[in-house]
Amino acid sequence: MKPAPFSIHIPDTIDEAVACLAEHGEEARVIAGGQSLMAMLNMRLAEPSILVDVSRLADLKKLEIGPDGLTVGAATTQAEVFHHPDLATHMPLVREALTHVGHIQTRNRGTVCGSLCHADPSAEMPLLLATLGGTVTLQSASGTRTLSASEFQTGLLETAKQQGELCISAHFPSLPSSAKWGFREIARRDGDFAIVAMACIADKGTVRLGVGGVSDAPTVEEWPDLSTADIPDALNRLAWKMGGTDDIHASARYRRELVRRIGQKLIEETLS
Amino acid sequence: MKVLQHGQKHSVEFTLNGEEVEGFAEPRMLLSDFLRHEIGATGTHVGCEHGVCGACTVMMDGKAVRSCLTLAHQAEGREIRTIEGLETPDHEFNDLQQAFHENFALQCGYCTPGMLMTLSELASTGKRYTEAEVRDALSGNICRCTGYKEIVDAAMAVLGDKGQVAAE
Repeated sequence: MKPAPFSIHIPDTIDEAVACLAEHGEEARVIAGGQSLMAMLNMRLAEPSILVDVSRLADLKKLEIGPDGLTVGAATTQAEVFHHPDLATHMPLVREALTHVGHIQTRNRGTVCGSLCHADPSAEMPLLLATLGGTVTLQSASGTRTLSASEFQTGLLETAKQQGELCISAHFPSLPSSAKWGFREIARRDGDFAIVAMACIADKGTVRLGVGGVSDAPTVEEWPDLSTADIPDALNRLAWKMGGTDDIHASARYRRELVRRIGQKLIEETLS
Repeated sequence: MKVLQHGQKHSVEFTLNGEEVEGFAEPRMLLSDFLRHEIGATGTHVGCEHGVCGACTVMMDGKAVRSCLTLAHQAEGREIRTIEGLETPDHEFNDLQQAFHENFALQCGYCTPGMLMTLSELASTGKRYTEAEVRDALSGNICRCTGYKEIVDAAMAVLGDKGQVAAE
């Protein structure tokens, strides 16, 4: 339960960080909060020979919350976002979801962008990025590019981030004032990985539902003019579309049933 | 850019319970191991070593963190507080420790340092907490002896509506 040997590179600027990633390619992994990566290193599920520690880069400490949404830098912790005085006003759905992200101790170090890059299928931040239609900005030696959630999220622990690229920030758009929202999660224990997590947004007759924990990446479905009577059928079709896989925490069948039952409750309470 | 080569020990300095400490650590050394083996501060316990059990919780710059998910070198220049730093200047239990003592909030004691360090972050805010908030805060700390009731009782005795003010 000790990590395999690695060197630590501590860049002073973003440019130094991306140059370091470009030079060392596959050998290097970025560490910010390390709340997923450190566990993987301890269990030797990952054995990079270089860690590029970006946690102290002031340029990555961005945290802007306003009517347009939330922009969060790669070194900004989940706790910093959670405790921002304007979060509840502009991003109540993000605030609610953050209460389900790990525990106090992991939120104090874990970063929002780290969670997006780790891309655990049951994680809440990737689910919200997908449901809210957010973006991720990546920087490499050749420049920056901004990807939509659907472009960025490519699968199980996989993203479109290429070798040599550093995630520098993510943006979560806010909801129009007319929109209603809801969030529900089923986990064995408070703060554990979600078996199924769901975020729902209802606005002007359209219902959008994001589901995490079932497929390899968050799945978002949108129904215009969804009547109450149509909800069970819509959720059943969504459950079968996602499929899901059995694992130690739950069977695929159980997950699909959660999508039907918890999804029903969530959509109803969001619309009410 | 600072580079800490693998296989070599590099100096690590930080403030531990108000005192400057220095030691040497390979890049891969965990903060929990550094505290216990390099500094000799064995009050911080190591349970699962992958961030699940909370036994290794310490405070870093006033925030409760898992020392097994933190590298020793990431503590460079920071302010670390451990169970050894909780006692009063007269070497008595502080309010939280005393409440644990009075409420039988420990049996084997293995999880206790982590429990106390998590609750210390709450105590440092000076706010009052509901039982639900205390239980939520303690959800990241596993105890296999007490069934949590006594731990929550102890926490509420200090942090709840009727609790003494433990903010420092």
